[in-house]
Amino acid sequence: MNDMTPTREQREAALEGMGCKRKRVEDVRFTQGKGQYVDDLKLPGMVFGDFVRSPYPHAKITKIDATEALKIPGVIAVLTAEDLKGVNLAWMPTLAGDVQMVLADGKVLYQNQEVAFVVAEDRYIADDAIQLVDVEYEELPVLVDPFKSMDPDAPVLRPDLDGKTEGAHGPRKHHNHIFNWEVGDKDETAKAFAEADVTINEMISYHRTHPSPLETCQCVASMDKVKGELTVWGTFQAPHVIRTVASLLSTIPEHKIHVIAPDIGGGFGNKVGAYPGYICSIVASIVTGVPVKWVEDRMENLSTTSFARDYHMTTEIAARNDGTVTGLKVHVLADHGGFDACADPSKWPAGFFNIVTGSYDFPAAHLSVDGVYTNKAPGGVAYRCSFRVTEAAYCIERAMDILAQKLEMDPADLRIKNFVKADQFPYQSALGWEYDSGDYHTAMQKAMDTIGYRELRAEQKAKQEAFKRGETREIMGIGVSFFTEIVGAGPSKNCDILGVAMFDSAEIRVHPTGSVISRMGTKSQGQGHETTWAQIIATEIGIPADDIMVEEGNTDTAPYGLGTYGSRSTPVAGAAIALAARKIRNKAQMIAAHMLEVSEYDLEWDVDGFQVKGNPEARKSMKEIAWAAYHAPPPNMEPGLEAVSYYDPPNMTYPFGAYFCVMDIDVDTGVATTRRFYALDDCGTRINPMIIEGQVHGGLTEAFAIAMGQEIRYDETGNVLGASFMDFFIPTAVETPHWETDHTVTPSPHHPIGAKGVGESPNVGGVPAFSNAVNDAFQFLGNTHIQMPHDAWRIWQAAKDLGAHG
Amino acid sequence: MSDIEQIPVTVTVNGKKVQRFVEPRTLLIHFLREELNLTGPHIGCETSHCGACTVEMNGMSVKSCTMFAAQANGAELTTIEGMANPDGTLSALQEGFRQMHGLQCGFCTPGMITRAHTLLKENPNPTEEEIRMGIAGNLCRCTGYQNIVKAIQYAAEKLNQPETQEAAE
Amino acid sequence: MIPGEFTYHRPSSVAEAVAILVSHGDEARPLSGGHSLIPMMKLRMAAPEHLVDLGGIADLKGISEDGGTITIRAMTTQHELIGSDLLAEKLPIIKETSLLIADPQIRYVGTLGGNVANGDPGNDMPALMQCLNASYVLTGPDGDREVAARDFYEAAYFTALAPEEILTAVKIPTPPAGHGYAYEKLKRKVGDYATAAAAVLLTMNGGSVASASVALTNVADTPLYAADASNILTGSTLDDATVASAVAAAEAITDPASDGRGPAEYRTKMAGIMMQRALARAADRARS
Repeated sequence: MNDMTPTREQREAALEGMGCKRKRVEDVRFTQGKGQYVDDLKLPGMVFGDFVRSPYPHAKITKIDATEALKIPGVIAVLTAEDLKGVNLAWMPTLAGDVQMVLADGKVLYQNQEVAFVVAEDRYIADDAIQLVDVEYEELPVLVDPFKSMDPDAPVLRPDLDGKTEGAHGPRKHHNHIFNWEVGDKDETAKAFAEADVTINEMISYHRTHPSPLETCQCVASMDKVKGELTVWGTFQAPHVIRTVASLLSTIPEHKIHVIAPDIGGGFGNKVGAYPGYICSIVASIVTGVPVKWVEDRMENLSTTSFARDYHMTTEIAARNDGTVTGLKVHVLADHGGFDACADPSKWPAGFFNIVTGSYDFPAAHLSVDGVYTNKAPGGVAYRCSFRVTEAAYCIERAMDILAQKLEMDPADLRIKNFVKADQFPYQSALGWEYDSGDYHTAMQKAMDTIGYRELRAEQKAKQEAFKRGETREIMGIGVSFFTEIVGAGPSKNCDILGVAMFDSAEIRVHPTGSVISRMGTKSQGQGHETTWAQIIATEIGIPADDIMVEEGNTDTAPYGLGTYGSRSTPVAGAAIALAARKIRNKAQMIAAHMLEVSEYDLEWDVDGFQVKGNPEARKSMKEIAWAAYHAPPPNMEPGLEAVSYYDPPNMTYPFGAYFCVMDIDVDTGVATTRRFYALDDCGTRINPMIIEGQVHGGLTEAFAIAMGQEIRYDETGNVLGASFMDFFIPTAVETPHWETDHTVTPSPHHPIGAKGVGESPNVGGVPAFSNAVNDAFQFLGNTHIQMPHDAWRIWQAAKDLGAHG
Repeated sequence: MSDIEQIPVTVTVNGKKVQRFVEPRTLLIHFLREELNLTGPHIGCETSHCGACTVEMNGMSVKSCTMFAAQANGAELTTIEGMANPDGTLSALQEGFRQMHGLQCGFCTPGMITRAHTLLKENPNPTEEEIRMGIAGNLCRCTGYQNIVKAIQYAAEKLNQPETQEAAE
Repeated sequence: MIPGEFTYHRPSSVAEAVAILVSHGDEARPLSGGHSLIPMMKLRMAAPEHLVDLGGIADLKGISEDGGTITIRAMTTQHELIGSDLLAEKLPIIKETSLLIADPQIRYVGTLGGNVANGDPGNDMPALMQCLNASYVLTGPDGDREVAARDFYEAAYFTALAPEEILTAVKIPTPPAGHGYAYEKLKRKVGDYATAAAAVLLTMNGGSVASASVALTNVADTPLYAADASNILTGSTLDDATVASAVAAAEAITDPASDGRGPAEYRTKMAGIMMQRALARAADRARS
């Protein structure tokens, strides 16, 4: 070797593989305004579609007259349910096994529901035409409170289901009942409660909110009538699923449908489902023969395309006097709005809510979920969440605090006492999951030491005394949250969407000169896949990440995948990528053996090539091997260097973390200020620490917003309130706290690279940390549970109710 | 089309003078995106809260979704497309956003960088609090702002040390 | 969210603008910064057929002082108010308040005239102008007339401004040097209207209050000048009992809506708390 020969470390660094803080390749275009989002797309002859929407939350439609609208020059068509019936698309199936109106068919079930679709030459004319479509409504009694959905005299929301006693998930017990889902051992749990020293029982609500990415949902549909081919560009987190659904609904063969998800301006679960806007744009393009663009505005986004949460969780824990938990019993009333359009794997009507035993070793547990209809928008999407794990984590983390209070134990100590222990993994939970790996005690101890937990408790106590003496009007809360997530949907034995197993895929092609193009079934909405996927490949096959192009979102070129949501990209597609790369490396090994004239068993892998064992001077780099694969492959070997992998994970992954929130509350105004927020995450192997930290920052900011005020509210007459960014709480840089991040690493034993996924952890663990901080602050005044969201007036109200205003 | 006459709007955008005839109600954001094909500025909320549509007009940061193109007649406009260095390399701010991981989905980024550009012109040495106040008209759903603050600090430092920067190059 | 059609006018003088308003009556609306009117137009809750853009009238810009009165021309932006040396010296409460309005982008284009003229109870400047006992110059076909800010507001979006008039300037009596002042605003986030806010102007004579003026934002369908509270404070030493009775007097005149910012009871209480805190800061400043 001469001085110019790079060292092993230099060769490794040059790869920018796993574990390095690689700068994002996406940023070069995004920082210059050169991203390509749906609304940036312009096609020759393209027209614009927009909705006439219902001002009423529950009403019969007696007339739709578009005569005046159609007189406006530039208005091309006004579609109604009657038109859609001609193509059998007035209703569409939902992912949850229900059906949903595409356009109002005789009645509306929520305010702002889609009533007619105006197609016009541009968005200005379309908006003018909307004002002139004459719709007559006959108002019906409105059902807002889910606790009244199953009253005997509750209004009938869904006459289309009249007489249907069986839903997609078993028997329906009332005309507004959707499903009941039970998990766990009821008798064992009852026994635990009968024998308990201490029990708690609290109704814990997780309010309705919305993912609200900065870019709304939008699409361009273009039907080529000559070729019989449909192309749809859209904000799709799962483009292949959209293609399959579009084919099933439209009867256009799947190979003649091209679905393309270009750059997406955030998703957070909002862009998983199929919405009326997509269907109407497709139909309108089929009808008019020109491309049709649909772009929802912010009010439409917040009030119609998919809420999240809205779970009302009656939670009971049985425990012994020493704090050992012995049983968990949860009943959930789930408000699904007018249609059950939850975006869950098909067999899971309440998602993975049965992760509700959390990080604790409950010997017995029982869960029952009832879904009901109300006059609210449909949805139930996983807002930065793996299918109701956010609700489950909030439920158990809040309940553990309430139990600690009843036992007069410190909430951190109670958690530590009940943690699943490191030597119990793989751990079988009472509600049916097998946790893959974890070391909760180590993570919790590190977090408590770093934040100075005991000192904070001492400070809090001093402040409480000062408050009682009237020396201050400020109190202090410490929020503890130790969450276990369940992500990576999922194993085909558990998970499918409309019958398609929830695998994911990767294809890698190494070109003769040693550069690479790779395509996956996932779709980044800001997660930085173009950067991180290349890092996995770089480490696995020794080609620099900069020489690897990653492409997602085009169903014509990418292998079939189920898309990006539920933190599934790294656990599922990340594994497919590693396995595809290993296929390439295996072939490369055979080629290298041929080139070096040795047996492949005499070779060993070394960073970016193969070398002869005991003779590292005799080596072939991947670049040389790639050339050989196309130039002179070994006899009897197919030329080329490509691989595809479809990965059906053997299990979910279970990331976890310890979060602490220190909050100061002004009792007189209810204003809460987050003094410190510390987040320790364990997501197994870390692919790009910079991106992980960014994901945690973003998720914590969403958690902060949700816990402290972000809500889709309805008044008692069904009007949706605050569907704009004035009222829907998206914090600015001023309100957003400073985040401290930390980590431990417990790899997943079943994942090829040991990675678990992290994008959603901060939302899952963050919300209980904030809520527990608020609740903890008022505990010394007798508080047990204050419902979210914790905006200033509600905190003030709680303080008042607890007598803190004198 | 309506009876209302189209009106001429002449602006200088990113150094180039352009004129178009538009309906008076044409919003500046649509003028830029649809008439001039400058799709860097985005539409996020349409109610002047999110700032994704931010452009610089006569040295001020404005939200182009809440302004008629007619109001900008005669103005000098700069959009994200005009932010790079004259030689085409990333500006200090653009580089700062990349180095500090100040963006994720990229949708707020053009407005955020354009706003930060004007902020740094007015206040070349902002404190963290001044940066946070200065970008409070721009919402980001992805980053939690912490790395955006760092990105702007990175740029401020770069811009305040031109000699060092040149020496390093 | 697309506005309806309108004819656009860009006059270069106040007289020209008034003439356009006169000829179109109710169908015309003046446009200043536009951040109240344009969103309403995009929601089609406002649909003027003629839009009169005041942005081309050079005469509507500027801040000056003459004979104990500060005059701010209507199209002066909040950004310009914040940057004014004259105001920083003579009326610092204007900068303090302006910085709490909306966000930086909106402050570049939002104007004082637009803020006080459109009658939105959420706007901050109307209560501040009442606190400062400002008057508004309204220019119409018959020339100028002046209306006190305390008399200008009738109900939400209803004011003393006639359809053919333009609010062209705000006149504020310069408070004595060394006065105390504070604007306290409780809001959910940057960009929000106040849950409640209070403006306080104080002068002290020795240990007692020589003059006091209190006004409240967004706790009724108009801004509220708290006359009783101001009177109670005047002459006092700001002892706890007096402050409590002044706060009670201010709370008594509120009539807030219940909305996403909180129920009426909360907003009334917050008006009191904001006033109390503004008073404390103003008193500190007055003494120092």
